[in-house]
Amino acid sequence: MLKKRLIPILLLKNGLLVRSEDFRIHQIIGNPINEVQRFNEWNVDELIYLDISREESQLAQREDHKIKLSSNPLEILGAVSKTCFMPLTWGGRIRSIEDIKARIRGGADKVTLNTGALENPALITEGARLYGRQAMVLSIDARLEGKEFRVYSHGGKNPAGRDLVSWAREGELCGAGEILLQSIDRDGKGTGYDLDMIHAVSFAVSIPVIACSGVGRFEHYAAGIEAGASAVAAANIWHFKELSDRLGKKALQKAGVDVRI
Amino acid sequence: MIVIVDYGMGNLESVRNALAAIGCRSEISADASALKNCTALVLPGVGAFGDAMKNLRATGLDRILSEQVLSRRKPFLGICLGLQLLAEKGFEHGENAGLGWIKGEVVRLPETTSENPILRIPHIGWNDVHLSPSSPLSQGLKASSAFYFVHSYCFNVENADVVSGWCEYGLRFPAIIESDNISATQFHPEKSHKDGLKLLRNWAAKNCLC
Repeated sequence: MLKKRLIPILLLKNGLLVRSEDFRIHQIIGNPINEVQRFNEWNVDELIYLDISREESQLAQREDHKIKLSSNPLEILGAVSKTCFMPLTWGGRIRSIEDIKARIRGGADKVTLNTGALENPALITEGARLYGRQAMVLSIDARLEGKEFRVYSHGGKNPAGRDLVSWAREGELCGAGEILLQSIDRDGKGTGYDLDMIHAVSFAVSIPVIACSGVGRFEHYAAGIEAGASAVAAANIWHFKELSDRLGKKALQKAGVDVRI
Repeated sequence: MIVIVDYGMGNLESVRNALAAIGCRSEISADASALKNCTALVLPGVGAFGDAMKNLRATGLDRILSEQVLSRRKPFLGICLGLQLLAEKGFEHGENAGLGWIKGEVVRLPETTSENPILRIPHIGWNDVHLSPSSPLSQGLKASSAFYFVHSYCFNVENADVVSGWCEYGLRFPAIIESDNISATQFHPEKSHKDGLKLLRNWAAKNCLC
Protein backbone atom coordinates (compact mmCIF):
# COMPACT_ATOMS: atom_id res chain seq x y z
CA MET A 1 0.00 0.00 0.00
CA LEU A 2 1.11 3.55 -0.66
CA LYS A 3 2.52 4.98 2.58
CA LYS A 4 1.77 8.40 3.97
CA ARG A 5 4.95 10.47 3.92
CA LEU A 6 6.63 12.40 6.71
CA ILE A 7 8.79 15.21 5.34
CA PRO A 8 11.28 17.58 6.96
CA ILE A 9 11.41 21.06 5.46
CA LEU A 10 14.70 22.90 5.68
CA LEU A 11 14.61 26.67 5.43
CA LEU A 12 17.64 28.25 3.91
CA LYS A 13 18.40 31.91 4.33
CA ASN A 14 21.56 33.48 2.97
CA GLY A 15 23.31 30.12 3.07
CA LEU A 16 22.30 29.06 6.56
CA LEU A 17 19.49 26.98 7.96
CA VAL A 18 16.98 28.94 9.97
CA ARG A 19 13.87 28.36 12.01
CA SER A 20 10.92 30.51 11.15
CA GLU A 21 8.03 32.12 13.00
CA ASP A 22 5.22 34.15 11.44
CA PHE A 23 7.16 34.05 8.17
CA ARG A 24 9.15 36.98 9.66
CA ILE A 25 11.44 35.94 12.46
CA HIS A 26 14.34 33.80 11.34
CA GLN A 27 16.79 32.34 13.76
CA ILE A 28 19.97 30.69 12.50
CA ILE A 29 20.21 27.04 13.50
CA GLY A 30 22.74 25.28 11.37
CA ASN A 31 24.55 24.24 8.30
CA PRO A 32 22.55 23.02 5.29
CA ILE A 33 25.02 20.40 4.14
CA ASN A 34 25.66 18.72 7.48
CA GLU A 35 21.96 18.45 8.03
CA VAL A 36 21.25 16.35 4.93
CA GLN A 37 23.69 13.73 6.16
CA ARG A 38 21.76 13.42 9.39
CA PHE A 39 18.50 12.98 7.48
CA ASN A 40 20.11 10.39 5.22
CA GLU A 41 21.21 8.38 8.23
CA TRP A 42 17.73 8.65 9.67
CA ASN A 43 16.34 7.20 6.44
CA VAL A 44 13.66 9.92 6.14
CA ASP A 45 11.03 9.65 3.38
CA GLU A 46 11.88 12.79 1.47
CA LEU A 47 13.41 16.27 1.88
CA ILE A 48 12.23 19.75 0.97
CA TYR A 49 14.63 22.72 0.92
CA LEU A 50 13.14 26.19 0.69
CA ASP A 51 15.48 29.06 0.00
CA ILE A 52 13.82 32.02 1.70
CA SER A 53 16.64 34.53 1.19
CA ARG A 54 14.91 37.74 0.25
CA GLU A 55 17.54 39.62 -1.67
CA GLU A 56 20.74 38.85 -3.48
CA SER A 57 22.37 38.75 -0.15
CA GLN A 58 25.63 38.80 1.65
CA LEU A 59 27.08 35.66 3.08
CA ALA A 60 25.89 35.12 6.61
CA GLN A 61 29.23 33.94 7.91
CA ARG A 62 29.38 32.69 11.43
CA GLU A 63 32.48 31.68 13.28
CA ASP A 64 30.86 28.63 14.85
CA HIS A 65 30.00 26.99 11.55
CA LYS A 66 33.29 25.44 10.71
CA ILE A 67 32.95 24.57 7.06
CA LYS A 68 33.10 27.21 4.42
CA LEU A 69 29.60 28.30 3.60
CA SER A 70 28.17 29.31 0.33
CA SER A 71 25.22 31.59 -0.09
CA ASN A 72 24.75 30.44 -3.67
CA PRO A 73 21.71 28.16 -3.57
CA LEU A 74 22.87 26.15 -6.58
CA GLU A 75 26.18 25.36 -4.89
CA ILE A 76 24.34 24.24 -1.80
CA LEU A 77 21.97 22.13 -3.92
CA GLY A 78 24.92 20.49 -5.66
CA ALA A 79 26.55 19.60 -2.34
CA VAL A 80 23.30 18.39 -0.81
CA SER A 81 22.33 16.20 -3.76
CA LYS A 82 25.67 14.34 -3.65
CA THR A 83 24.69 12.49 -0.50
CA CYS A 84 20.94 12.64 -0.78
CA PHE A 85 19.56 9.21 -1.71
CA MET A 86 15.99 10.27 -1.23
CA PRO A 87 13.65 12.53 -3.18
CA LEU A 88 14.70 16.14 -3.00
CA THR A 89 12.43 19.12 -3.63
CA TRP A 90 13.96 22.56 -4.03
CA GLY A 91 12.08 25.84 -3.80
CA GLY A 92 12.59 29.56 -3.49
CA ARG A 93 13.40 32.36 -5.92
CA ILE A 94 12.34 30.35 -8.97
CA ARG A 95 10.98 32.78 -11.54
CA SER A 96 11.83 31.40 -14.96
CA ILE A 97 12.11 28.15 -16.88
CA GLU A 98 15.89 28.63 -16.71
CA ASP A 99 15.67 28.67 -12.91
CA ILE A 100 13.70 25.40 -13.03
CA LYS A 101 16.17 23.77 -15.41
CA ALA A 102 19.16 24.82 -13.28
CA ARG A 103 17.67 23.20 -10.17
CA ILE A 104 16.64 19.94 -11.84
CA ARG A 105 20.04 19.69 -13.51
CA GLY A 106 21.66 20.52 -10.21
CA GLY A 107 20.18 17.44 -8.56
CA ALA A 108 16.63 18.34 -7.49
CA ASP A 109 13.90 15.83 -8.34
CA LYS A 110 11.16 18.39 -8.00
CA VAL A 111 10.95 22.14 -7.78
CA THR A 112 8.39 24.07 -5.83
CA LEU A 113 7.07 27.44 -6.98
CA ASN A 114 5.07 29.97 -5.06
CA THR A 115 5.41 33.62 -6.09
CA GLY A 116 6.80 32.55 -9.48
CA ALA A 117 3.63 30.56 -10.18
CA LEU A 118 1.34 33.37 -9.02
CA GLU A 119 3.11 35.84 -11.28
CA ASN A 120 3.13 33.47 -14.21
CA PRO A 121 1.00 30.30 -13.92
CA ALA A 122 2.21 29.21 -17.37
CA LEU A 123 5.60 28.53 -15.76
CA ILE A 124 4.06 25.49 -14.05
CA THR A 125 2.72 24.29 -17.38
CA GLU A 126 6.05 24.75 -19.10
CA GLY A 127 7.94 22.97 -16.31
CA ALA A 128 5.45 20.08 -16.37
CA ARG A 129 5.80 19.75 -20.11
CA LEU A 130 9.59 19.52 -19.80
CA TYR A 131 9.95 17.35 -16.69
CA GLY A 132 6.50 15.88 -16.06
CA ARG A 133 3.94 17.15 -13.60
CA GLN A 134 5.42 15.11 -10.76
CA ALA A 135 8.40 17.47 -10.84
CA MET A 136 6.25 20.56 -10.26
CA VAL A 137 5.10 21.27 -6.72
CA LEU A 138 2.86 24.28 -6.24
CA SER A 139 3.59 25.91 -2.90
CA ILE A 140 0.78 28.01 -1.46
CA ASP A 141 0.93 30.33 1.57
CA ALA A 142 -2.49 31.26 2.88
CA ARG A 143 -4.31 32.74 5.84
CA LEU A 144 -7.90 32.96 6.98
CA GLU A 145 -9.51 36.32 6.34
CA GLY A 146 -13.10 36.52 7.44
CA LYS A 147 -14.55 33.28 6.16
CA GLU A 148 -12.14 32.82 3.27
CA PHE A 149 -8.65 31.46 2.97
CA ARG A 150 -6.65 34.00 0.96
CA VAL A 151 -3.36 33.47 -0.86
CA TYR A 152 -0.20 35.48 -0.22
CA SER A 153 2.97 35.87 -2.28
CA HIS A 154 6.54 36.98 -1.54
CA GLY A 155 7.01 34.91 1.59
CA GLY A 156 3.62 35.76 3.07
CA LYS A 157 4.04 39.52 2.61
CA ASN A 158 1.76 40.49 -0.27
CA PRO A 159 -1.88 39.55 -0.81
CA ALA A 160 -2.09 37.74 -4.14
CA GLY A 161 -5.74 38.64 -4.65
CA ARG A 162 -6.76 35.01 -4.91
CA ASP A 163 -8.91 32.57 -3.05
CA LEU A 164 -7.03 29.49 -1.82
CA VAL A 165 -9.29 26.76 -3.19
CA SER A 166 -9.66 28.28 -6.63
CA TRP A 167 -5.89 28.86 -6.89
CA ALA A 168 -5.21 25.25 -5.86
CA ARG A 169 -7.59 24.02 -8.56
CA GLU A 170 -6.05 26.33 -11.15
CA GLY A 171 -2.58 25.11 -10.17
CA GLU A 172 -3.65 21.51 -10.72
CA LEU A 173 -5.07 22.39 -14.13
CA CYS A 174 -1.84 24.21 -15.02
CA GLY A 175 0.12 21.03 -14.42
CA ALA A 176 1.20 20.94 -10.77
CA GLY A 177 1.75 17.40 -9.48
CA GLU A 178 1.57 18.20 -5.77
CA ILE A 179 0.58 21.05 -3.51
CA LEU A 180 2.67 22.17 -0.54
CA LEU A 181 0.24 24.00 1.71
CA GLN A 182 1.47 26.44 4.34
CA SER A 183 -0.53 28.45 6.83
CA ILE A 184 1.04 31.84 7.52
CA ASP A 185 -0.71 32.21 10.89
CA ARG A 186 0.38 28.78 12.12
CA ASP A 187 4.04 29.17 11.12
CA GLY A 188 6.26 28.50 14.12
CA LYS A 189 3.36 28.35 16.59
CA GLY A 190 3.43 24.66 17.40
CA THR A 191 -0.32 24.56 17.95
CA GLY A 192 -1.07 22.03 15.21
CA TYR A 193 -2.05 22.22 11.54
CA ASP A 194 -4.86 24.37 10.21
CA LEU A 195 -7.10 21.38 9.53
CA ASP A 196 -9.87 23.31 7.81
CA MET A 197 -7.36 24.64 5.33
CA ILE A 198 -5.94 21.17 4.60
CA HIS A 199 -9.42 19.72 4.26
CA ALA A 200 -10.57 22.45 1.88
CA VAL A 201 -7.62 22.00 -0.48
CA SER A 202 -7.39 18.19 -0.31
CA PHE A 203 -10.97 17.80 -1.38
CA ALA A 204 -10.78 20.41 -4.10
CA VAL A 205 -7.90 18.75 -5.99
CA SER A 206 -7.01 15.20 -6.97
CA ILE A 207 -3.23 15.61 -6.71
CA PRO A 208 -1.42 14.86 -3.41
CA VAL A 209 -1.36 17.61 -0.79
CA ILE A 210 1.58 18.07 1.59
CA ALA A 211 0.43 19.71 4.82
CA CYS A 212 2.75 22.13 6.60
CA SER A 213 2.88 24.79 9.34
CA GLY A 214 2.02 24.45 12.98
CA VAL A 215 3.40 21.10 14.13
CA GLY A 216 4.58 21.38 17.74
CA ARG A 217 4.04 17.80 18.86
CA PHE A 218 4.42 14.53 16.96
CA GLU A 219 0.74 13.81 17.65
CA HIS A 220 -0.19 16.71 15.36
CA TYR A 221 0.85 14.80 12.23
CA ALA A 222 -1.99 12.28 12.20
CA ALA A 223 -4.65 15.01 12.21
CA GLY A 224 -3.17 16.39 8.98
CA ILE A 225 -3.55 12.98 7.33
CA GLU A 226 -7.10 12.64 8.62
CA ALA A 227 -7.91 16.06 7.16
CA GLY A 228 -6.96 14.71 3.73
CA ALA A 229 -3.21 15.27 3.26
CA SER A 230 -1.09 12.63 1.50
CA ALA A 231 2.04 13.77 3.30
CA VAL A 232 2.76 15.72 6.45
CA ALA A 233 5.65 18.13 6.66
CA ALA A 234 7.17 20.33 9.31
CA ALA A 235 10.28 22.41 9.79
CA ASN A 236 11.06 23.51 13.34
CA ILE A 237 10.23 20.27 15.14
CA TRP A 238 12.94 18.46 13.18
CA HIS A 239 15.61 20.64 14.74
CA PHE A 240 14.47 20.97 18.31
CA LYS A 241 13.36 17.48 19.23
CA GLU A 242 15.42 14.34 19.53
CA LEU A 243 14.71 11.35 17.25
CA SER A 244 12.25 13.45 15.31
CA ASP A 245 11.85 11.02 12.43
CA ARG A 246 11.37 7.86 14.45
CA LEU A 247 9.10 9.42 17.04
CA GLY A 248 7.07 11.19 14.33
CA LYS A 249 6.58 7.91 12.46
CA LYS A 250 5.69 6.10 15.68
CA ALA A 251 3.02 8.69 16.50
CA LEU A 252 1.55 8.30 13.00
CA GLN A 253 1.61 4.53 13.26
CA LYS A 254 -0.06 4.63 16.66
CA ALA A 255 -2.85 6.70 15.12
CA GLY A 256 -3.38 3.97 12.52
CA VAL A 257 -1.59 5.65 9.61
CA ASP A 258 0.40 3.41 7.25
CA VAL A 259 3.95 4.79 7.19
CA ARG A 260 7.33 3.49 6.15
CA ILE A 261 9.20 2.47 9.28
CA MET B 1 32.44 2.45 -17.63
CA ILE B 2 28.68 2.68 -17.25
CA VAL B 3 26.99 5.30 -19.42
CA ILE B 4 23.93 7.13 -18.13
CA VAL B 5 22.11 8.09 -21.29
CA ASP B 6 21.51 11.83 -21.50
CA TYR B 7 18.49 12.56 -23.64
CA GLY B 8 17.31 15.72 -21.93
CA MET B 9 14.91 14.09 -19.50
CA GLY B 10 15.31 15.06 -15.87
CA ASN B 11 17.66 14.58 -13.00
CA LEU B 12 20.52 12.37 -14.19
CA GLU B 13 23.05 13.56 -11.63
CA SER B 14 21.31 11.67 -8.84
CA VAL B 15 21.75 8.39 -10.71
CA ARG B 16 25.47 9.07 -11.05
CA ASN B 17 25.70 9.94 -7.34
CA ALA B 18 23.98 6.67 -6.42
CA LEU B 19 26.25 4.60 -8.68
CA ALA B 20 29.27 6.36 -7.17
CA ALA B 21 27.98 5.50 -3.69
CA ILE B 22 28.08 1.78 -4.56
CA GLY B 23 31.53 2.12 -6.09
CA CYS B 24 30.62 2.19 -9.80
CA ARG B 25 32.12 4.71 -12.16
CA SER B 26 29.74 6.21 -14.64
CA GLU B 27 29.45 9.10 -17.02
CA ILE B 28 26.46 11.01 -18.29
CA SER B 29 26.60 11.14 -22.06
CA ALA B 30 24.63 11.41 -25.26
CA ASP B 31 27.67 10.67 -27.37
CA ALA B 32 27.34 7.77 -29.82
CA SER B 33 30.92 6.60 -29.32
CA ALA B 34 30.54 6.62 -25.53
CA LEU B 35 27.46 4.42 -25.88
CA LYS B 36 29.33 2.07 -28.20
CA ASN B 37 32.36 1.78 -25.94
CA CYS B 38 30.66 1.46 -22.56
CA THR B 39 30.20 -1.75 -20.58
CA ALA B 40 26.61 -1.07 -19.50
CA LEU B 41 23.81 1.43 -20.04
CA VAL B 42 21.41 3.17 -17.71
CA LEU B 43 18.35 4.93 -19.11
CA PRO B 44 16.80 7.06 -16.38
CA GLY B 45 14.27 9.77 -16.92
CA VAL B 46 11.20 11.57 -15.83
CA GLY B 47 8.82 13.38 -18.14
CA ALA B 48 6.47 12.47 -20.90
CA PHE B 49 6.72 9.28 -23.01
CA GLY B 50 6.19 11.06 -26.33
CA ASP B 51 8.81 13.77 -25.71
CA ALA B 52 11.32 11.17 -24.55
CA MET B 53 10.91 9.03 -27.67
CA LYS B 54 11.08 12.12 -29.84
CA ASN B 55 14.37 13.09 -28.20
CA LEU B 56 15.79 9.59 -28.58
CA ARG B 57 14.81 9.42 -32.24
CA ALA B 58 15.96 12.92 -33.11
CA THR B 59 19.46 12.09 -31.88
CA GLY B 60 19.52 8.55 -33.29
CA LEU B 61 20.04 7.24 -29.75
CA ASP B 62 17.11 4.81 -30.16
CA ARG B 63 18.96 2.87 -32.87
CA ILE B 64 22.25 2.89 -30.99
CA LEU B 65 20.53 1.69 -27.81
CA SER B 66 18.75 -1.13 -29.63
CA GLU B 67 21.98 -2.20 -31.28
CA GLN B 68 23.98 -2.15 -28.02
CA VAL B 69 21.31 -3.83 -25.89
CA LEU B 70 19.57 -6.23 -28.29
CA SER B 71 22.41 -7.21 -30.61
CA ARG B 72 25.48 -6.70 -28.44
CA ARG B 73 23.56 -7.69 -25.31
CA LYS B 74 25.05 -5.10 -22.99
CA PRO B 75 23.59 -4.90 -19.48
CA PHE B 76 20.82 -2.31 -19.42
CA LEU B 77 18.95 -0.67 -16.58
CA GLY B 78 15.87 1.47 -17.22
CA ILE B 79 14.55 3.66 -14.41
CA CYS B 80 11.00 5.05 -14.21
CA LEU B 81 10.36 6.47 -17.69
CA GLY B 82 13.31 4.29 -18.76
CA LEU B 83 11.18 1.24 -17.91
CA GLN B 84 8.13 2.53 -19.76
CA LEU B 85 10.09 3.30 -22.93
CA LEU B 86 10.79 -0.44 -23.34
CA ALA B 87 7.13 -0.89 -24.35
CA GLU B 88 5.82 -1.15 -27.89
CA LYS B 89 3.69 1.92 -27.39
CA GLY B 90 2.56 4.48 -24.85
CA PHE B 91 -0.55 6.62 -24.46
CA GLU B 92 0.77 9.70 -22.67
CA HIS B 93 -0.34 12.80 -24.65
CA GLY B 94 -1.47 10.67 -27.61
CA GLU B 95 -0.22 7.37 -28.96
CA ASN B 96 3.54 7.03 -29.45
CA ALA B 97 5.72 4.09 -30.41
CA GLY B 98 8.28 3.03 -27.77
CA LEU B 99 11.55 1.12 -28.11
CA GLY B 100 9.50 -2.08 -28.36
CA TRP B 101 11.95 -4.38 -26.56
CA ILE B 102 9.30 -5.76 -24.21
CA LYS B 103 5.79 -6.59 -25.43
CA GLY B 104 2.99 -4.45 -24.00
CA GLU B 105 1.65 -0.93 -23.65
CA VAL B 106 2.03 1.98 -21.25
CA VAL B 107 -1.34 3.09 -19.89
CA ARG B 108 -2.54 5.65 -17.36
CA LEU B 109 -3.06 4.56 -13.75
CA PRO B 110 -6.76 4.46 -12.79
CA GLU B 111 -8.11 7.56 -11.05
CA THR B 112 -10.78 5.62 -9.27
CA THR B 113 -11.58 2.00 -8.35
CA SER B 114 -14.49 0.39 -6.55
CA GLU B 115 -12.56 0.27 -3.23
CA ASN B 116 -10.95 3.69 -3.69
CA PRO B 117 -13.22 6.46 -4.98
CA ILE B 118 -10.29 8.88 -5.28
CA LEU B 119 -6.83 7.70 -6.26
CA ARG B 120 -4.52 10.67 -6.39
CA ILE B 121 -2.43 10.80 -9.54
CA PRO B 122 0.59 11.00 -9.81
CA HIS B 123 1.29 7.96 -7.67
CA ILE B 124 3.91 9.62 -5.45
CA GLY B 125 5.66 8.13 -2.47
CA TRP B 126 6.88 4.92 -0.89
CA ASN B 127 4.98 1.80 -1.82
CA ASP B 128 5.58 -1.89 -1.18
CA VAL B 129 7.07 -3.99 -3.93
CA HIS B 130 6.52 -7.74 -3.81
CA LEU B 131 9.78 -9.20 -5.01
CA SER B 132 10.29 -12.51 -6.70
CA PRO B 133 12.81 -14.34 -4.46
CA SER B 134 14.65 -15.85 -7.41
CA SER B 135 15.39 -12.50 -9.02
CA PRO B 136 19.06 -11.48 -9.00
CA LEU B 137 18.01 -7.90 -8.25
CA SER B 138 16.13 -8.78 -5.08
CA GLN B 139 18.91 -10.71 -3.33
CA GLY B 140 19.28 -9.58 0.29
CA LEU B 141 16.05 -7.60 0.23
CA LYS B 142 12.87 -8.43 2.12
CA ALA B 143 10.12 -10.12 0.05
CA SER B 144 8.11 -6.94 0.48
CA SER B 145 10.24 -3.81 0.42
CA ALA B 146 9.22 -0.16 0.05
CA PHE B 147 10.63 1.92 -2.81
CA TYR B 148 10.01 5.47 -3.98
CA PHE B 149 7.60 5.87 -6.90
CA VAL B 150 6.59 8.90 -8.84
CA HIS B 151 4.59 8.30 -12.02
CA SER B 152 1.16 8.56 -13.60
CA TYR B 153 1.47 5.73 -16.13
CA CYS B 154 2.37 2.06 -15.83
CA PHE B 155 3.53 -0.73 -18.11
CA ASN B 156 0.84 -3.26 -18.94
CA VAL B 157 3.11 -6.15 -20.04
CA GLU B 158 1.89 -8.92 -22.31
CA ASN B 159 3.99 -11.63 -20.72
CA ALA B 160 4.06 -11.55 -16.90
CA ASP B 161 7.16 -13.79 -16.84
CA VAL B 162 9.36 -10.74 -17.32
CA VAL B 163 8.05 -9.18 -14.10
CA SER B 164 10.09 -9.85 -10.96
CA GLY B 165 8.48 -7.24 -8.71
CA TRP B 166 4.87 -6.11 -8.49
CA CYS B 167 3.33 -3.04 -6.93
CA GLU B 168 -0.27 -2.05 -6.40
CA TYR B 169 -1.97 1.30 -6.81
CA GLY B 170 -5.49 0.99 -8.10
CA LEU B 171 -4.23 -1.97 -10.08
CA ARG B 172 -1.32 -4.39 -9.94
CA PHE B 173 1.51 -3.17 -12.15
CA PRO B 174 5.13 -4.18 -12.83
CA ALA B 175 7.64 -2.49 -10.53
CA ILE B 176 10.63 -4.49 -11.78
CA ILE B 177 11.15 -6.05 -15.20
CA GLU B 178 13.97 -8.47 -15.93
CA SER B 179 14.55 -10.16 -19.23
CA ASP B 180 18.06 -11.46 -19.98
CA ASN B 181 20.38 -8.45 -20.05
CA ILE B 182 17.48 -5.98 -19.72
CA SER B 183 16.48 -4.80 -16.25
CA ALA B 184 14.17 -1.95 -15.36
CA THR B 185 12.41 -0.45 -12.36
CA GLN B 186 9.29 1.72 -12.28
CA PHE B 187 10.46 3.18 -8.95
CA HIS B 188 13.61 5.20 -8.35
CA PRO B 189 16.30 3.01 -6.75
CA GLU B 190 18.61 6.05 -6.63
CA LYS B 191 16.04 7.76 -4.39
CA SER B 192 15.07 4.75 -2.26
CA HIS B 193 17.74 4.94 0.43
CA LYS B 194 19.53 1.75 1.46
CA ASP B 195 17.17 -0.70 -0.26
CA GLY B 196 17.48 1.24 -3.49
CA LEU B 197 21.26 1.24 -3.31
CA LYS B 198 21.16 -2.48 -2.50
CA LEU B 199 19.14 -3.13 -5.65
CA LEU B 200 21.60 -1.11 -7.72
CA ARG B 201 24.46 -3.05 -6.14
CA ASN B 202 22.69 -6.31 -7.07
CA TRP B 203 22.33 -5.12 -10.67
CA ALA B 204 26.01 -4.18 -10.78
CA ALA B 205 27.05 -7.50 -9.21
CA LYS B 206 24.88 -9.54 -11.59
CA ASN B 207 26.65 -7.88 -14.49
CA CYS B 208 30.13 -7.73 -12.90
CA LEU B 209 30.24 -3.95 -13.28
CA CYS B 210 32.20 -2.91 -10.22
